[in-house]
Amino acid sequence: MAVARVLDAGMADRVKVSLTGARDGRGFLFRTLLQLALLLTVVILAALLVQVLTLGWETLATRLGDFLTAESRSRAHEAGVFQGLRGTLWIGVITTLVAFPLGVSAAVYLEEYAPRNRMTAFIELNIRNLAGVPSVVYGILAYTIFVTLLRPVTGGKTALSGALAVAVLVLPVVIITSAEAIRAVPDSLREAGFGVGATRWEVIRSHVLPYAAPGILTGTLLSLGRALGEAAPLILVGAVAGSVGYSGGLLDPGQLREQFTAMPIVIATWSTNARPGFDQITAAAIVVLLVVVLMANAAAIGLRNRFEKKR
Amino acid sequence: MTVDLDSAVVAKGAVAPPAPLPVLTANDLQVYYGDFQAVRNVHLAIPRNEIVAMIGPSGCGKSTVLRCFNRMNELIDGCRVTGHVCYHGVDLYDPRVDAVEVRRRIGMVFQKPNPFPKSVYENVVFGPRIAGVARAEFDGIVESSLRKAALWDEVKDRLKASALGLSGGQQQRLCIARAIASNPDVLLMDEPCSALDPIATGRIEDLMHELKADYTIVIVTHNMQQAARVSDRTAFFTVEVSSDSDRRTGVLVEYDDTEKIFSNPSDSRTENYVTGRFG
Amino acid sequence: MAMTDLPLATGVLSIGDLAGNRRRRGRERRVRRFFVAAALTSLVISALIVGSLAVEAGRFVLSVDLSALWTTGWFPREGFFDVKTLITATLIVTAVAMLVAGPIGFATAVYLSEYAGARTRRLLKPVLETLAGVPSVVLGFFALTWISPHIVQWIEPAAPLSNLASAGLGVAILTIPLVASVSEDAMSSVPRSLREAASGLGARRMTTSLRVVVPAAVSGLVAAAILATSRAIGETMVVLIAGGADQAQFTASPFQPSLTMTAAMASLAGGSDAVVGQGNAYQSLFFVGLMLFLITFGLNVAANRIVRRVRQKY
Repeated sequence: MAVARVLDAGMADRVKVSLTGARDGRGFLFRTLLQLALLLTVVILAALLVQVLTLGWETLATRLGDFLTAESRSRAHEAGVFQGLRGTLWIGVITTLVAFPLGVSAAVYLEEYAPRNRMTAFIELNIRNLAGVPSVVYGILAYTIFVTLLRPVTGGKTALSGALAVAVLVLPVVIITSAEAIRAVPDSLREAGFGVGATRWEVIRSHVLPYAAPGILTGTLLSLGRALGEAAPLILVGAVAGSVGYSGGLLDPGQLREQFTAMPIVIATWSTNARPGFDQITAAAIVVLLVVVLMANAAAIGLRNRFEKKR
Repeated sequence: MTVDLDSAVVAKGAVAPPAPLPVLTANDLQVYYGDFQAVRNVHLAIPRNEIVAMIGPSGCGKSTVLRCFNRMNELIDGCRVTGHVCYHGVDLYDPRVDAVEVRRRIGMVFQKPNPFPKSVYENVVFGPRIAGVARAEFDGIVESSLRKAALWDEVKDRLKASALGLSGGQQQRLCIARAIASNPDVLLMDEPCSALDPIATGRIEDLMHELKADYTIVIVTHNMQQAARVSDRTAFFTVEVSSDSDRRTGVLVEYDDTEKIFSNPSDSRTENYVTGRFG
Repeated sequence: MAMTDLPLATGVLSIGDLAGNRRRRGRERRVRRFFVAAALTSLVISALIVGSLAVEAGRFVLSVDLSALWTTGWFPREGFFDVKTLITATLIVTAVAMLVAGPIGFATAVYLSEYAGARTRRLLKPVLETLAGVPSVVLGFFALTWISPHIVQWIEPAAPLSNLASAGLGVAILTIPLVASVSEDAMSSVPRSLREAASGLGARRMTTSLRVVVPAAVSGLVAAAILATSRAIGETMVVLIAGGADQAQFTASPFQPSLTMTAAMASLAGGSDAVVGQGNAYQSLFFVGLMLFLITFGLNVAANRIVRRVRQKY
């Protein structure tokens, strides 16, 4: 084995050095380098947050209510993110309703029903590879299928098409994380269920799913965070860069069949707008998006830590 | 299909003593995992209200045979069974037979205590609940099952507490109560004491003697003293290693009264094993 | 059904006694069918991706004048489809991203797996996870407004605000958590016994890490690098915002703006006359998409194969 060979070759002279008990200078340097790399990661995150907060602070502090309820305008000090929030909200709702049941069910099939054969292995590998396909490619798929082929259902370039695009995008991730959570359920639990005469579905419903629920929920929340921050597929599906003609309220489901925009689209559009004040409102919009996305993430991480401690 | 019980017990090399009314009979049982034969030519008859122990070195297929008795082996991918296992005269492997119903009637207790991560109460009523028993019956079922499993006095004040808070021995008795609650007439026990300390083991063994009045019990054990202590009959299995490949197949060597197996076995392989010269 | 109705086996049973409950068996079949359908959906989706891409991409290749694929820039509405512009820009962004994210992510993984105590890990993992959760538009904005003026223009003062290097650095930040987590998984799956064997021989921690753990986990580390590369190639928004998507001229300099494959697709689709224009422009989207799909899918297949081999080894 490779490791054994390495031990034979390189270890002898090193052992001599360490027996002297001298300070290990190179080891210290190595450790410091590693710590620097880690520190850099922390610093980057801090710099990002500081940059966004300082730029966006004025907008958030002076006109938060207006900023959240106003529409996109060409003058920065009048513009707001209302339409983006509305689009993102509905994308989140539809993604959860579509990707969560479909993804968890596919995971249940793969882990509990599928025979362990080549076909199953092929499907699993396929799903894993799909998870790495760039989101912009999913955008083209969504354009072809949802905007063009299914126009009677979706209404074309609507929030529904955008949401379905994002749902399809996160589906593989939901399947993979749910499958991992289901795989972690001990077999003894399944045997106990079968042993008293439960059917497969009864075992799944009463024992496998409850045990795997925290893991499934964590994975789903993480994917939801990712879904809310996606912009590329929405651009391909035809999200509007400027102001949207539709004027429904935040919770009005009519948005689904109308043209739309979303928080990431608003940010992408504003960030390349060189007119004065746009940097500031972009940063403010980012703070709003980060609050939403990081809340989903924090909930997921918190949930996982709580259950890891319990087990 | 119905199998002639006499032909089932009159099998080459493994003839059981005359037994009234066998509950389970294995006739010409072969088990395969893929192309690999795990168990060969097993003939066995399990008489009513007796305890039958299956002993032998690891890999001899005793657990595999046990799992054929309630079709738990089907949960393993690639497992295939030929021959007949008859339960009160009905072939368990008939396509019209529902494995779920079989497992309801033939309960199982596993090597490691595996209570559901729910309350003691919920553990016991799970079987009746899925079988469609009326809710009104639950309290009675819980009490009678726990009493039969000699656990009632210890847990009657914490039926709603998590089963995972019980000790290992209590958990295993809870698993027995859970099996009993589905109203089976056979209990299969797969090394039920191997994860327990000697005191907990002693309690389970006492319990088995009490349960014998109502149930037929088949126990797989590593522990020969345990087989000698609890069982009425003992089946000794061993491993045959094929000469050309390295494949190991389990075979039933001898099946007889426990006393005879341990004092005066008719096969030298059995004698070597029970006297500790092999395995 | 009362408990007393559950029949106790006495004497000889018939097949009917063991046939089970027909309603339960029916439900079992329906549930199973539902789950099969859900799993098939995922297969259908992958078939649709490949199908929809391939058909339109094929039309593009058949209809376009092939000389238009090798000119000086990517101007789909005018009929210029210079593939080398897109590929070069993609390579530059990916190279910058990997040169930065590779070492940082890798070092982070070594520290977390070999040095950090339980408490440090508990503090640091959320930082990485938070970073992984930051949407790419946010990093696009950060790259354009902070990385470009403070880092890239400090290195090369002549660089315009939008340039490939800033975009590459932005993508690097996105991929650090990916490199770190996959590498850390690979290193923590190296059995303890190997580390103990090394320290038993008197090896210091650095020696153990670099000479024992890293070689044992090397295929996992390669997989991490490949996955991150695939991610960097497919990243869209950072490049669209910070890389100068309106400049579609060929360049080989990281300090110039240009257009990657992903940004080309997004800017074509996001234009005010979205996906219309000259006939071929629409199909060119699928052509680029297909290239992107094949490259990233190929990389993922390779990486996943390696990861699976590692899992089998231990």
